[in-house]
Amino acid sequence: MNTLPLAFLNGVDPWIFALSLITVGFTIYMGFRSAKTSKTAGDFFVAGRSVSVGWNASAISGEYLSAASFMGIAGMVMAVGYDALWYPVCYACGYLFLLLFIAGPLRRFGAYTIPDFAEGRYDSPVFRKIAVCFVLFIGFFYTMPQMKGAGTTLAYIFPGLPYWVGVAVVGAVITLNVALGGMKGITLVQAMQYWLKLFAITVPVFVLMAVFGGYGSNLAVNDGRLLTAPAIAAASPAAPAPATEVIRKPLVEKAPADAAWVSPFGPLTTKAAKAAGLTPEQSKPYSLLYTYSLIIALVCGTAGLPHILVRFYTNPDGVAAKRTTMWVMILIGIFYVFPPVLGVIGRNLLPELYAATGAKGTDKVVLELPRILHEHYGVWGSILSGVACAGAFAAFMSTFSGLLVSMTGALAHDVYGRMLRPNSTPEQRMRMFKFAAIAIGGVSVLLGSQVEQLQINFMVGQAFAIAAASYFPLLFMSVWWRGMTMKGAATGMLVGGIAALLCMTLINLNDLKIVDLKAFWAGHPLLRILCEQPAIWSVPLAIGLMIIVSKATSKDIPKDIRMKMLVLHAPEALGLKNEYIQEHQAGAGH
Amino acid sequence: MPHSTDRADTIHSEAFLASLMRRQLRLSIACAAAFLVALLGLPLANYFAPALMATRVGGFTLSWLIVGVLFFPYVWLISGIFIKRSLKLEADEAEEVFK
Repeated sequence: MNTLPLAFLNGVDPWIFALSLITVGFTIYMGFRSAKTSKTAGDFFVAGRSVSVGWNASAISGEYLSAASFMGIAGMVMAVGYDALWYPVCYACGYLFLLLFIAGPLRRFGAYTIPDFAEGRYDSPVFRKIAVCFVLFIGFFYTMPQMKGAGTTLAYIFPGLPYWVGVAVVGAVITLNVALGGMKGITLVQAMQYWLKLFAITVPVFVLMAVFGGYGSNLAVNDGRLLTAPAIAAASPAAPAPATEVIRKPLVEKAPADAAWVSPFGPLTTKAAKAAGLTPEQSKPYSLLYTYSLIIALVCGTAGLPHILVRFYTNPDGVAAKRTTMWVMILIGIFYVFPPVLGVIGRNLLPELYAATGAKGTDKVVLELPRILHEHYGVWGSILSGVACAGAFAAFMSTFSGLLVSMTGALAHDVYGRMLRPNSTPEQRMRMFKFAAIAIGGVSVLLGSQVEQLQINFMVGQAFAIAAASYFPLLFMSVWWRGMTMKGAATGMLVGGIAALLCMTLINLNDLKIVDLKAFWAGHPLLRILCEQPAIWSVPLAIGLMIIVSKATSKDIPKDIRMKMLVLHAPEALGLKNEYIQEHQAGAGH
Repeated sequence: MPHSTDRADTIHSEAFLASLMRRQLRLSIACAAAFLVALLGLPLANYFAPALMATRVGGFTLSWLIVGVLFFPYVWLISGIFIKRSLKLEADEAEEVFK
């Protein structure tokens, strides 16, 4: 590649570069194209509410499968083994939880966003202002891992490029795209990006399995046997090439041992207890606690993610919303089987990643792994790695745009349109949407450039933990308990959510070595676990506070609570929503 | 949507709302229990029966196979059943009012 005129392109694989460039170019093109067709403010906020089931399911899945799903799960499975498998399972189960308890009623109530719902359910514009904060809190925590994905991928494509440059470039491109296109563009782009991501993860997995042995065979060699001689794996019924000899390179010193890696309660969940010097037997109860808290955070957190919920409103009716969710379950379920396979194969073939940190560590295993085919099949290794990079771009670009739209929507639609300038014209709001997009994109880039040393998947788990303690209790209780008052809802959401937020911040500051709490945590492993995975106490705390404060302020229950509950629960065929809107015509204007 | 006062009385009665919410919640809780028992039971199985969960099945440990592969079809099954039942429930509820 030395013939190229630009110095920074030295060492860049042309195939990887070209395939990535096509993905980015396509995303930008679609953004610009849709900018011409989306004109009204409604287009920007919920895409005119008319997206078909297939498109919408692909778009939700496309948005949901973030850099954490595409790169982070594989990286984390490789780094810590079995315990990381809870992430993909709970991402999928959380969606089921959303379907069972929240999706239907919220859709019938017919508000644009969670703050809309908060205001409508309690007739309280003040509560809207409180609820909006969490769109931004959760959003920023969720953008950080996307930015790390971007920085890692660009640092992989351009080996000489500093991490922060990648973050800045990708952040700028997506921000521009959102400012110009709005949500209508993104529905289409995200739907296609789901299929790109599925393609980009399955094709390398199948090729690698055909060459290096199946999922089971690769896992089978992780049984603590000697690493010097290549092990012959038992034939697996699931493997496409059962006779393949599984190769395994010697592990480096920093890698966890086989037994701890392949079994439950491994390095991830025992870290705190180990640092405190407890024996493996003593640390097991701590691990169990960590596991349960992680499961609660991920399952409840999914149900409270602001940028996912808003998409239920783009279905034409409740039946379509339910069918969409079924398809989303299937689409994301299929996807989530594959990333751990790459983590498993990566442990056998790329153990050198254990020794590296930051953007050069295990988080890039998805990108790096296909390239080892280079030794056997020449250019095909590069092409497959290019496909993986294209998938990674699709992953962090689609999730970041989705987040940017909901955060920008919160700022432009709620803070500006409702609080600061209620009488602003649609043109002013459109302009504000663009300014807000640029401001939020800038902050995201700044935050993202700081988190190179944190694991992508771990950071996403943190965003889920905050959502689990704030929006999830709010939505769940508001939908199913008519005794809730605005004060109860606000107290529970604020205390639970902010407690989780502070815990996460503390853990990150410690992990980034800005604040040193090592000595304290070595003495208090239980506190460290409860701080790292707060869901097990913060979710009950939020719900408990909601009940207590609501009981104490029960005279404030909205007067027309029965009507509200009817709208939330009665079949749409009864047409109660129109009746309700007529009664509220004097209200906020929609 | 014009409807008679009788029908409106039914819809706006306390009994109708209570039965509506009770039936929906019962369905949701039944489905949630089905997956929560499995999801929350797995760490317990790992904790109390580590040897069993470490049994190798086609290279996988039993625990890895369940969490990494088999759980997803199980989730589809539950969501499929829920969607079918809840659409039927809604149709029934609407029919009761319009009968």
